[in-house]
Amino acid sequence: MKIKILICMGTSGISAGAEEVAKIFESELKLKKLMDKCRIIKVGDRGLFRDTLVDIITPELGRVTYEYIKSEDVPKIVDEHLLKGKPVEELRAGKDYEQFFSGQIRIVLSNCGEIDPEDIDDYITHGGYNALQSVLSMVPEKVIDEIEKSGLRGRGGAGFSTGLKWKFCKNAKSNMKYVVCNADEGDPGAFMDRSVLEGDPQSVIEGMIIAGYAIGATEGFIYCRAEYPLAIKRLEISISQAREKRFLGDNILGSEFSFDITIKRGAGAFVCGEETALLASIEGRRGMPRARPPFPAQEGLWGKPTLINNVETFANIRHIIIKGAEWFSSIGTDESKGTKVFALAGKVKNTGLVEVPMGTTIRELIFGPGGGMVKKKIGLKGVQIGGPSGGCLPETLLDIPIDYESISKTGAIMGSGGMVVMDEKTCMVDIARYFLSFTVEESCGKCIPCRVGLKRMLEVLEKITEGKGKEDHISFLKEMSTTIKHTALCGLGNTAPNPVLTTLKYFQDEYLTHIRDLNCPAHVCVELIEFEVIEEKCVKCGKCYEACPVDAISWKKKEYPKIDKEKCIKCKSCINACDFMAIK
Amino acid sequence: MKVNLSDTRKIIQQYRNKKGTLIPLLQEIQAIYGYVPKESIELISKELLIYPVKIYGILTFYTQFYLTPRGKHTIIVCQGTACHVMGGKDILDYLSNKLGISEGETTKEGMFSLERAACLGCCGMAPVVVIDNNFYGMCDIQKVDALVKEYRSKEANR
Repeated sequence: MKIKILICMGTSGISAGAEEVAKIFESELKLKKLMDKCRIIKVGDRGLFRDTLVDIITPELGRVTYEYIKSEDVPKIVDEHLLKGKPVEELRAGKDYEQFFSGQIRIVLSNCGEIDPEDIDDYITHGGYNALQSVLSMVPEKVIDEIEKSGLRGRGGAGFSTGLKWKFCKNAKSNMKYVVCNADEGDPGAFMDRSVLEGDPQSVIEGMIIAGYAIGATEGFIYCRAEYPLAIKRLEISISQAREKRFLGDNILGSEFSFDITIKRGAGAFVCGEETALLASIEGRRGMPRARPPFPAQEGLWGKPTLINNVETFANIRHIIIKGAEWFSSIGTDESKGTKVFALAGKVKNTGLVEVPMGTTIRELIFGPGGGMVKKKIGLKGVQIGGPSGGCLPETLLDIPIDYESISKTGAIMGSGGMVVMDEKTCMVDIARYFLSFTVEESCGKCIPCRVGLKRMLEVLEKITEGKGKEDHISFLKEMSTTIKHTALCGLGNTAPNPVLTTLKYFQDEYLTHIRDLNCPAHVCVELIEFEVIEEKCVKCGKCYEACPVDAISWKKKEYPKIDKEKCIKCKSCINACDFMAIK
Repeated sequence: MKVNLSDTRKIIQQYRNKKGTLIPLLQEIQAIYGYVPKESIELISKELLIYPVKIYGILTFYTQFYLTPRGKHTIIVCQGTACHVMGGKDILDYLSNKLGISEGETTKEGMFSLERAACLGCCGMAPVVVIDNNFYGMCDIQKVDALVKEYRSKEANR
C-alpha cells in the first residue's frame, strides 16, 4: 500500500497557500526518493478552516492530521514522519480539530476532504456510481418510491418533499423533460454547496442522473453562480470524466437510458436562486420570477416539465439508494429526516461546514463542533440563520431543535443552511439594515411590494442607525413587513422582511435604545459613536493604538489611550480590535 | 479607442442558431475585452437579430457585466453576513476612501476597480478581500493597506 498524503485544496485551502505546500511536498518527495512509495491526493476542503490541512496515512501509524501547515513545515514532516516514522507532534491537529468533527454525522460531506475531486476513479473507489448501477435495474417508480419513503426534503430552504416533486415531474406528460441543479448559492453566509461542488462534484452529478432516470428526462443543467470559479472548473472536469466512463451520454452503461448535463454559469443575480427566475436565466433572459402555478414540474424550461433540486439534495440521493430509505429515515426527527449541512461562521471559534442530524439544537452546534465563542469575554447575543430570508434568534431560543417546523415557528426559516453567530459587538438594527440593503439591491423590480416597500423600510432603518429614528417607525416597519410578506410575487420578496420582523420581535429594546437614547449598545452604528475611551472598561492593552491606521490614538504602557478626534477617520479599527468594548 | 471586433465576430459564429445562449455569449465577450463594448453590442444585434434593448436589459440586470473598461486590478470586498459581522463594511469604506472611488468605479490612472460581492462563500475566513481572483482571508485595514501597496509596487517595477 502506498503512503497517502492528503492536502486540502478548496477555495479556502488555496487562499492559505495549499498549492505551494503541494509543490514543496512533490519536490521534497522527489529529492528524498520517496515518489514511488507515496501518493499525493489533492482533496477538497474538509469543512474546517485551518490554513492548509494535511493528512498522512501510513500502514504503520494510520492517519495523522496536521493543521496550519505552511510550505516551510513540509521538509520537517517528510524527514520526521515519512523517513523516521515519527509524527511531528507540534504540528498535529489539536483538540479543536477533534471537537469540530465530533457529534457530526457526515453523509453529504462524507467524501469532502477525503477524495480527489478531479479524479473519477477515486470517487468510484469510494463507492461512487454504485447507486446509478443499481438504479438502472429498477423501474423508475421504484426509485421515486424509495426517495419518497426516505422522507428527504429539499435542502434549498423551503423543505418540500423531494419524492413528491419527482413524482409530479414523472407524471407530467411531455416528450421532453429537464433536470436542473440549483447551484446558485447566493445567501450571504452560506457555502455548503460550494464545498460540496469543490470537494465531491461527482456525487451531485450522480444524483442528477438518477433523477433523470426516475422522471424520464434526457437533459440536465447545473446553474452555478459565477462567483464560484473553482466549483465550475471541477464540475467541467467531472462531467467530461463521467462521459468517458459512459455514466453520461447515450445509452448509459449499455442501458436504454440517455442523459447529459450542461453547466450554465450565472452572471451575478441573487434572485436567480428563485426557481422561475433561474429558469428564465438559463433561457438567456433577465432572471425575473413569474407567478406560480404553473409550477416548473408542469411548465418549466422552455415550457417543458422541469425538476429543480439543490446541490445538497442531489448529493443525498446516492446514499439513500445504496443504504435504503429506512436507514435514511432513521436519522433525524419525525418530520425532518437525515442530516443538514450548516455553514457555521461569525464570532465562533471553529468556523466551517458542519453536518449534523436534524433535531440537533443550535446550542449543541455552536458549543460542540463550533467550539464556543471566539472571544470568551464578549458574550453570545444571537444567531442568524437562513440568510436574507431567515431571521435572528436570541440566545434564549438556542435550545430549539433544528428541523423545518421548529425553526419556522420562531419566524426564521431553515433556509439553505447559513448560520452566523453574533456576539455583543453585533448591532441587531444594523443587521436588519444590512439584510434589507442586500434585498433592495437584489430585488428584480418586477413587483411593487418588493421594489418600493423594501426600499421604504430600508430608508427608515437607515434613519434609525443614523440617530434620526422616531418611535412610530417601529409600527411602520411592522405594518410594511406584513404587507410585503403577503403581497410580493416571489420567495425573495415574501421572506425579505423576516430579518426585520425577527429582530423587532427579539431585540426591540435595541431599536428603542437607538431611537430614544441615540446610543448603539454594540458600538457599530458609526453616527452614534463618540470615539471615546471608557476608562472603567479599558485594560490599557494598547490594541487600539496598534490598530489605528492614521495614528489618531496616543498610548503609553499602563496608561489609558487617547483618541484625537481631529485625526480620527471613524474607520472603527480600534473598536474592532478592542476585546473589552471599551470604546464608545 | 477603437475596438477590434474580430474576436466578437468569432464568438458570434460559435453561438449562432443555438438556444438560450445570449448570456454565455456576452460572458465570453467580456472575458476578452474586460467589459462589453458598445461596438460589440451593435454587432451582436445586427448579426443575431436581437434588439439592442434586449442585450442592454441583460447587461444591466446581472451585476457581473460591465459597460466600461475596468482597472488593471479588480478589488472585491466581500459583504456577506459573516464578513459584515467581522468588519467587512469598514474595509470597503476604508478602501473607497483611500482609493478615492466608490464601488463600481475605477481609479483615474486605471490601476484599481473597486467592487463589492454579496457573498463569496468563504465565510470561514471572514472578512475576505479578493484581488484578481486571489483570495485574502482574515483581513483588516492594515492588511488591505499592505495589499494595495504590494500591487502598486508590482506595477511600478514592471
